[in-house]
Amino acid sequence: MSVLLDIQGLSKSYPGVKANDDISFQIQEGEIHALLGENGAGKSTLVKMIYGLVRPDSGAMILNGEKFAPPKPFFARQKGVSMVFQHFSLFEALTVAENITLGMDVAPSRKELSAQIRKVSNEYGLPLDPDRLIGDLSVGERQRVEIIRCLLQNPRLLIMDEPTSVLTPQEVETLFGTLRKLSANGVAILYISHKLDEIKALCDHATVLRMGKVVDTCIPANETARSMAEMMIGGELEMPKPREFNPGEAVLEIKNLSLDSTDPFGTNLKNVSLSLRKGEIMGIGGVAGNGQDELLASLSGERLVDKEMIVLKGAAIGRLGPNERRKLGLLTGPEERLGHAAAPAMSLADNALLTGSIRMGLANKGFLKHRKIDEFAKHIVKEFDVRTPSIKVMAKALSGGNLQKFVIGREVLQSPEVLVVNQPTWGVDAAAAAAIRRAIQELAESGAAVLVVSQDLDELMEMSDTFAVLAEGAMSKPQIAEGLTIDEIGLMMGGQLEGAQHAEA
Amino acid sequence: MDFSSLNPVAMIVLLVGAATPILLAALGELVVEKSGVLNLGVEGMMIIGAVTGFIVATETASPYAGMLGSMVGGALVAMIFGFLTQFLRSNQVATGLALTLFGLGLAALLGGDYNGIKPPPTPRLNIEGLSDLPIVGELLFSYDPVIYFSIFLVAAVWYFLNRTRGGLILRACGENHDAAHSLGYNVVMIRFGAIMFGGACAGLGGAYVSLIRVPQWTEGMTAGIGWIALAIVVFASWKPWRAILGAYLFGGITILQLSLQALGISISAAYLSMTPYIVTIVVLVIMSADRKRASLNAPACLGRSFHASN
Amino acid sequence: MLRLEPRQKASNMMLYFTPLIAVALTMVVGGALFAMLGINPFDAIWIIFFDPFLDSFNLSQLFIKAAPLILIAIGLSLGFRAGVWNIGAEGQFIMGALVGGATGLALWGMEGWWILPFMAIMGAVGGFAWAMIPAILKIRFNANEILVSLMLVYVAQNLLSAMVIGPLRDPDGFNFPESRSFSRNDATELPMIFEPLGLHVGGVVALIALAGAFILLQRHSLGFNIKLTGDSPRAARFAGVNPSIIIAVCLGISGALAGLAGLFELTGPAGKLTTNFPVGYGFTAIIVAFLGRLHPVGILLAGVVLAGTFIGGENAQFMLQLPSAAVRVFQGMLLFFLLAVEILISYRIRFSKGAS
Repeated sequence: MSVLLDIQGLSKSYPGVKANDDISFQIQEGEIHALLGENGAGKSTLVKMIYGLVRPDSGAMILNGEKFAPPKPFFARQKGVSMVFQHFSLFEALTVAENITLGMDVAPSRKELSAQIRKVSNEYGLPLDPDRLIGDLSVGERQRVEIIRCLLQNPRLLIMDEPTSVLTPQEVETLFGTLRKLSANGVAILYISHKLDEIKALCDHATVLRMGKVVDTCIPANETARSMAEMMIGGELEMPKPREFNPGEAVLEIKNLSLDSTDPFGTNLKNVSLSLRKGEIMGIGGVAGNGQDELLASLSGERLVDKEMIVLKGAAIGRLGPNERRKLGLLTGPEERLGHAAAPAMSLADNALLTGSIRMGLANKGFLKHRKIDEFAKHIVKEFDVRTPSIKVMAKALSGGNLQKFVIGREVLQSPEVLVVNQPTWGVDAAAAAAIRRAIQELAESGAAVLVVSQDLDELMEMSDTFAVLAEGAMSKPQIAEGLTIDEIGLMMGGQLEGAQHAEA
Repeated sequence: MDFSSLNPVAMIVLLVGAATPILLAALGELVVEKSGVLNLGVEGMMIIGAVTGFIVATETASPYAGMLGSMVGGALVAMIFGFLTQFLRSNQVATGLALTLFGLGLAALLGGDYNGIKPPPTPRLNIEGLSDLPIVGELLFSYDPVIYFSIFLVAAVWYFLNRTRGGLILRACGENHDAAHSLGYNVVMIRFGAIMFGGACAGLGGAYVSLIRVPQWTEGMTAGIGWIALAIVVFASWKPWRAILGAYLFGGITILQLSLQALGISISAAYLSMTPYIVTIVVLVIMSADRKRASLNAPACLGRSFHASN
Repeated sequence: MLRLEPRQKASNMMLYFTPLIAVALTMVVGGALFAMLGINPFDAIWIIFFDPFLDSFNLSQLFIKAAPLILIAIGLSLGFRAGVWNIGAEGQFIMGALVGGATGLALWGMEGWWILPFMAIMGAVGGFAWAMIPAILKIRFNANEILVSLMLVYVAQNLLSAMVIGPLRDPDGFNFPESRSFSRNDATELPMIFEPLGLHVGGVVALIALAGAFILLQRHSLGFNIKLTGDSPRAARFAGVNPSIIIAVCLGISGALAGLAGLFELTGPAGKLTTNFPVGYGFTAIIVAFLGRLHPVGILLAGVVLAGTFIGGENAQFMLQLPSAAVRVFQGMLLFFLLAVEILISYRIRFSKGAS
């Protein structure tokens, strides 16, 4: 094997951060090379430089013995470097074929392209219909579109940014099969992930990044998940202690909840039922787009449902708005931080008022109590260690992790009786994620009931007492989380909701 | 009252003339909106086109030079909008309004010396044998060239948007500008180009009013048809063929109410003059009522300002 | 290379400075335009921008022009903050005058202090009702309020024509298409409060509206909800704000204020309903709202500045033979420059070496 890409001392700074600092390593032809690191370690910046989306401040790259400095993705693709993004760059209202054309620099005719798509998709076990609209595809199918788009250009290096974070376990297996086949055909793969089991199963080499620097390299097959995690965080890994689970009486009951999505590409909820008890953390897994947004909207009160579908402490609340539900103790934290949980161009103080008005008594007959609002905002900032120069800073100026701490803190500090959160640690750095999980667990220990919706199965397994899956708008029966195997969860996610044989919780 | 004077053939000919400026402006705006930009300055660009077209035509004594001038004029003021919204990221709604207010003022200023002049006439098509045919000749073969051009433009815009790679890229920018950017497309420049095209179309539409339909220059002569063109785009669900339908429908209503006024019907002329605007509202309501469908047709990034994160 | 770098916090300094920069740029570019028209730019700018505030006759016109602008702009600013784009204030202004005027004509011949206030209320109701058309169509049918409110301007103009030709025509007026004169009738004449600045009752109401808007936006949760809806409709919904109520409130308030302004214009400066009842206030108020940064204090200043350009423009017409349209070009240009320099509030301009 010979060296395909030689990275020599790449650096890139943004105002206030050194995203990449003197990064050097090599990728061999046909190898699957892992780029390992926590959120914020600099992985994304590095691959954007390789793909020509960002230009390095200093350093050089050699591709196949030639100097390689792509000013634009076009030039990178010309040289055989392709990339599959974490957040897909797809167009929902366009067809599969149109999406693929857009990603190609020299596109064949429609007919020819459709034929090529069918051929490549069969070759690599990624079935796709070129004429379907992207909006109608599942997340796994969307990723196939991205991959096929890359493959049609005969890449020599394929960059994959967190490809499995949105897939079901079965889809992950299919993907790995495809990647191994590619590797056998001589295509090198730069595989970015923080999921250590996957890397151990798939990758030939790994380069570990921390705070923008290369801190280690290893052969994943010779390591344990624990040892790689320690390279990644640069210290001892603390294992979470299992909690005792003694649930109290039921506080929130959802009965046959059905709701049509307003999004033309959304999923309708079908007969979702569950019962949540005091002190319980229930994890709801499943791939995004399977009704999570609709479930959250119906619980927060943004969408109204039949009165009896949602019962809180014996009161039917299906037709109450968000503030009436807050008054009764049901608080929610949506997935989207900016533009849903928080107003981007408003200050943290204003954002504290956004949901805190009722329970914290921040207004009197509609007139705002500015001093109390500021106090509440400062309290959140202090208790949840939100790094910000002041509470007058706009929400959008905060980093993702800091804003998420603020948003979760805002709800937790209002002492909810039931808290519903969607993707509480999505795109958040590890330290902030740990703090958020701890806060949620403490809340449950103090007697609140918590519903955590997430795509991150590891997170759900770590936190939850009970576990259920939302698939295509329907929910599986909640089960005791401890002891569930990945295969059982996979079956639940695949839609075979009663598949796993387990004691009912 | 004598309705027999309402000759259907003559009315259709008039209808097409009344519809063409709206159709041209709507086609331009359709392309702009497909790229993800909402330019509310159509009225301003049309009136600028009307005055620049008129000035160039009278100064050169050539209506065609005037039409070319109107397109340049419309595109130039559209460029101000493009620069502000695409490079300085200003609010598209506010900037579009500014363009209309500015355009109306500037047109009045430029046209001050041209009130009451007749522009050089634009010849109509006259093909021996065809144009003389009874009814058919009048209905199909005796319009001015701009009308044929507007029909051609409908087909061209349709072909561009649906059959060419350039059109696909433009639609991609309107659907998801972040994804288009990450694939390496220059969203800002593509939109800027679309805005210029929209300006040229609106300009030509304005010149059609001042050079052919009226033909004369008066202040504020576009009288809101730029706004109606915006509504036509919604009516057409962003499809060129339906824009023609919408524009001709409005042309029809305009001609019908004008004919009724001419008949001396007992309703005050002012009430009849309201009808095109009221019908526009009714049509907007019908087309928007189904939210799910409306959101499926509209470009997903319409009106949202794009800012590359790196 | 020039580069734009986002700021962490909106620059307060730029917030106040950008309107001044925009005015200055308008003077420079407008001056160049005048020079091209063969008019001495220094004279023109002096007459349009400075003279209105220095000459006592001009000053006595100031609030006559500024009051309707401010009154309308206050209402519009609430909607613009919420992302509810009422651009049909011109129509609501006309409907206020029409409904209030019709009320006055219905009560013609009666005496009493209550007649004018009653007309004012009916004027506000007229503007409110006209603005509720786009509001209801938006809430119920999702119809674009920009286009609907604008179409209604043309409908209102035609309705005004039909009325002054028909039922509201002055029976003693030799068949001219105009109504009786409200300003020459004790019961319907708008009282002047402070002659030297042209401050009539309408001006005082405008100042009260300013104070009300200030309190609403700074101290009240409704104002907060309006701002929240404008920044992020989804976050507003999450916070329990009903978007329909925000649409109705914003359009309703702005319509009522525009209608009130129309009625004050009718009973004061204009005097009577005519087919070309004072036009343009509804559109110029959009500029006032933006130039004032949608803030009550800013709107007061912007209203005065724009009123000044109206007066100065009229003076320049007969002193320098400046075309009447030039002032409108000025106003449009002002809005363009304002929108252009607005980027300085949230971005910093950096000079960086080389391309990046």
